[in-house]
Amino acid sequence: MKNLNLASIAGLMALVLAPVFISFTANSADKAEINTLATLRDHTEIDVQKEPNRIPKVVNKDIKQARNYPMQPPIIPHTIRSYEVNKNNNKCMSCHSRQRTEESQAPMVSVTHYMNRDGNFLAEISPRRYFCNQCHVTQLDAKPLVENTFVDMHSLMKQKTTSAKEH
Amino acid sequence: MKNLLMIGWKTLTKPSGYYSLGALVIGGFIAGIIFWGGFNTALEVTNTEKFCISCHEMENNVYEELKTTIHFSNRSGVRATCPDCHVPHNWTSKIARKMKASKEVWGAIFGTINTREKFLVHRKRLAQNEWERLKANDSLECRNCHNFDYMDFTEQSERASYQHSTALASGEKTCIDCHKGIAHQLPDMKGVEGW
Repeated sequence: MKNLNLASIAGLMALVLAPVFISFTANSADKAEINTLATLRDHTEIDVQKEPNRIPKVVNKDIKQARNYPMQPPIIPHTIRSYEVNKNNNKCMSCHSRQRTEESQAPMVSVTHYMNRDGNFLAEISPRRYFCNQCHVTQLDAKPLVENTFVDMHSLMKQKTTSAKEH
Repeated sequence: MKNLLMIGWKTLTKPSGYYSLGALVIGGFIAGIIFWGGFNTALEVTNTEKFCISCHEMENNVYEELKTTIHFSNRSGVRATCPDCHVPHNWTSKIARKMKASKEVWGAIFGTINTREKFLVHRKRLAQNEWERLKANDSLECRNCHNFDYMDFTEQSERASYQHSTALASGEKTCIDCHKGIAHQLPDMKGVEGW
């Protein structure tokens, strides 16, 4: 009887402790996972507030940059602090619209931005393209969290032709 | 009433029979200092941001909007207060502006813009007043701090140095022509030149 009791106690213990062990192992697995992922929180414990990083500066060099992925909308190479794009105004269009580029010498907004979804041309920028920042963004002078391995189509084709020539 | 005025006038025109000339001159001089000083002090009190935002129209609309801009918070901690941009610094223009501002007192009493909605309705007109003033005086209030002669174009971004060294330098444009809405949000800009 006593043996049975002991056995049942051991069994109960095992039942109670099993989830704890499992959670331990799960935790370590999570940690390993965390270490491989580049996140802003990095290795910070879940219950600790991370010391925030310095806010990087907006790149303001006015130099057009290559795309970082296929079909990337051109990025904004200048600061846009306090630029209003709302019901009343569109600050971007005060330089980039068709009527304004002569004076501002800014790149003109693409003609597709004046088309509605049925392909009809409008006099003003199409409402569906109105909010520039939905696609066009500034860049920060920061170290990328993940390296970008994007290769442009033309570089790919060039590589292929040169390797074909070698063989 | 008429008699009272006549007595007052006669007293002023008659020579003093009691006070010495010295007492009158020195007394007048001291009184002058006190009144003039008092006037100027009172004027300067109305020329502070605290005074401006004592009206909720100013505090809840334009001051709130200013807070997010570079003229309120920036790397070097130099900031502009309301009168820096909205009141001319030299005396005669300042008095002229202050006299015009009596209309704003009227507006404050009768609540012309005492809600956000009313303010937004009037916003374009109010903004245009300021643009016109700055256009007329060649953006004098901007130039009180931003002196063109001491601008280092090499420190500016390419676009900025290009515009400043051409359009601004030739006097063809003035600050406000391009830098509208720099300290407050903009009204509907439809029909405004350059938009």
